[in-house]
Amino acid sequence: MEPLIWGEIIIRIIGQFTPVWIALIVLFAASIVYKRKLGLYGKLFDSTIGMIGFALVMFWVFTAVFGAMGMIVTHDGLQQFASMKNKVPGTFLDEEGVYNYYLLGGDNLGRDVFTRMVKGSWEVVKIAPFATLFAFMVGITLGLPAGYYGGKLDTFLSFLANLILAFPVILLFYLLVTPEIVATGIPVYMAGILFIFPIVFMVILMNSRFYTQPAKRNMYLAFVLVIGAWLYLGIAWNADPLGIISFPANLLVVFVSVVFVNSPTVFRIVRGLAMDIKTRDYVAAAQTRGEGPWYIMLWEILPNARGPLIVDFCLRIGYTTILLGTLGFFGLGLSPESPDWGSTINEGRKLLSIYLHPALPPAFALLTLVLGLNLLADGLREESLRD
Amino acid sequence: MGLFILRRLGVMILTAICLTFIVFFLTNLSPNLEKLAKSEVNQRMSDDAVTSWLANRGYAQPLPVKYGQWLGVLPGYVIEGTDGTVRGRCIGQGMAPEDAPTFCGILQGDWGQSSVFKDDVGSIIATRLGLTGKLMFWVMVVMVPGALIIGVLAGMREGSRTDRSLSTVSILSTATPEYVSGVIFIAVFSSSAVGLKWFKGTATSAMDDITFANFTLPVLTIALYGMGYIARMTRASMTEVMTAQYIRTARLKGVSFGNIVLKHALRNALIAPFTVIMLQFPWLLNGVVIVETLFNYKGFGWTLVQAAGNNDIELLLGVSVVSVVVVLTTQLISDIGYVYLNPRISVT
Repeated sequence: MEPLIWGEIIIRIIGQFTPVWIALIVLFAASIVYKRKLGLYGKLFDSTIGMIGFALVMFWVFTAVFGAMGMIVTHDGLQQFASMKNKVPGTFLDEEGVYNYYLLGGDNLGRDVFTRMVKGSWEVVKIAPFATLFAFMVGITLGLPAGYYGGKLDTFLSFLANLILAFPVILLFYLLVTPEIVATGIPVYMAGILFIFPIVFMVILMNSRFYTQPAKRNMYLAFVLVIGAWLYLGIAWNADPLGIISFPANLLVVFVSVVFVNSPTVFRIVRGLAMDIKTRDYVAAAQTRGEGPWYIMLWEILPNARGPLIVDFCLRIGYTTILLGTLGFFGLGLSPESPDWGSTINEGRKLLSIYLHPALPPAFALLTLVLGLNLLADGLREESLRD
Repeated sequence: MGLFILRRLGVMILTAICLTFIVFFLTNLSPNLEKLAKSEVNQRMSDDAVTSWLANRGYAQPLPVKYGQWLGVLPGYVIEGTDGTVRGRCIGQGMAPEDAPTFCGILQGDWGQSSVFKDDVGSIIATRLGLTGKLMFWVMVVMVPGALIIGVLAGMREGSRTDRSLSTVSILSTATPEYVSGVIFIAVFSSSAVGLKWFKGTATSAMDDITFANFTLPVLTIALYGMGYIARMTRASMTEVMTAQYIRTARLKGVSFGNIVLKHALRNALIAPFTVIMLQFPWLLNGVVIVETLFNYKGFGWTLVQAAGNNDIELLLGVSVVSVVVVLTTQLISDIGYVYLNPRISVT
């Protein structure tokens, strides 16, 4: 059989993505119809830049989710066909029971590049948003008191944050994400410390809000603590008493180091915002009412800092994606067979002067996702400044 | 001002000590030491042999003591080994134990020996840093003027078509990490598959002789990632200045637009980007590591990867000392420069 020509390849790729297109159209139609009722999210659909960014991001999110469910992909992603080594896009595959073409060619082990690119998006989508969320929890829990109280606490925490920031990121990764360090258990201890912050955050959040209604507070607190402790034991220590949650050890290391690198920057942003907002009148009013400091921080200052924080959240997911790519590029943390974009770029670059097709698809995938996140952040910033 | 600098220097030294201690701690963990012993002697060493090899070379001492010796505030160890030879931190090759100095650490200028390159760490770092210095110089030459011009052009007429297109370009460049843009550049400009072959895909030959063909791609790759960020900062600061009262006054009294931009707006608009440019150094350091690996240019970043990948303790410590000092110094310079450029801010 003749290999496909470029037009046919493009049509077939677009065809493979059908579920994504349907999901995108449904999402956009629904959002545009109800955009006046959806707050900041709805306003996003007033800005072209924001819409383009959102579309790019959601494209990869849907691709990741559907790809993980086995829809978009054409092959296994790990299966190797010796006849397909370094074959150009559109090469015919003469095998029974599999898709008959390698749409974007084969890599140096004869695996399908298109499938690996789609699977790589899942590697990003399952880590980056959660890692960023955890970094935000850590940064907010420490940044609010540092900015609100100031003084010795602020000096100490800022020193710690600057300490981590002064480390070149790659050196830190090399020190944390090697098998030897993993063997000592340090990443698990770090996870043990870092993952406590979300629980602390939720507990303080509930406690300060419902302090005056003990019955309600106790109920909420018990709920948060039980769920939190269960997730905490399962994720950080791999000791879930029910045996449902477990977290692969190498993924945990990557997760922890990305959270660790991101949280000092979030801390600095939150601290700066808290220092600015604590001089406002509504904070003074809350103090006069006799509200506790944590109520003021979490229910007066934090909601008013949401604009810049949401924008930074989008940018930071992009930065986390870049960091994950860097880890993959240096072959750190993830397993060698892993289809994540950084690793595939690193594998593909070795033969780059002869074969372009293994390295370029993951490179463009990463580029479009990060670009989408940056455009989305830009759109959100414009729209949140408008009112 | 003097007091401010002194205090900042104090904090800097404290930070450097903490950071090197962390690196020291992580590299001296027992699995790392075991790996070091096995890679130095042979892979199938028995556990007892590993223990005695490490003990003979002073690795079994408590961590703070080892750190003190490395720093040069504690006397270097002298150990009579189980095999009968006397080894000491300060006893060099072919030196009698009696002639060796008592202290030999960073403070005495002794950076130790690299186990990968079999050479003095100080001299390795000096040569590598020189190579990276050349790279950084050209990156700065390309990046700073480029970013400032883009930022000023975009910011001088906010919302215009120039602004829209230049802003998109700068967002695109911040969204492209070095390992993506580098791969794309190599694919387009140097691979035989596309066939342009304008530049070389490796910069190994640039270590001896920098030419346009072998140095353009690495420089461009690093410069591009930082450029977008600086350009966006410049644009933000420029748009803010252009709406200021004194610009309107200048306009109303009939100064031409070119003169307003060059003589009135530019000076105030460049204060913010200055800090940003200085604070880009830590990021550039990251870019350097990626690009030197990608283009096989054996500079400082490449050395970092080699040292970290092979657990070369002394070299890794040297590398981290240098990078930490670079980062902290640029922070200090940016703070001081900010005060000088902006008279409204005072440190006292």
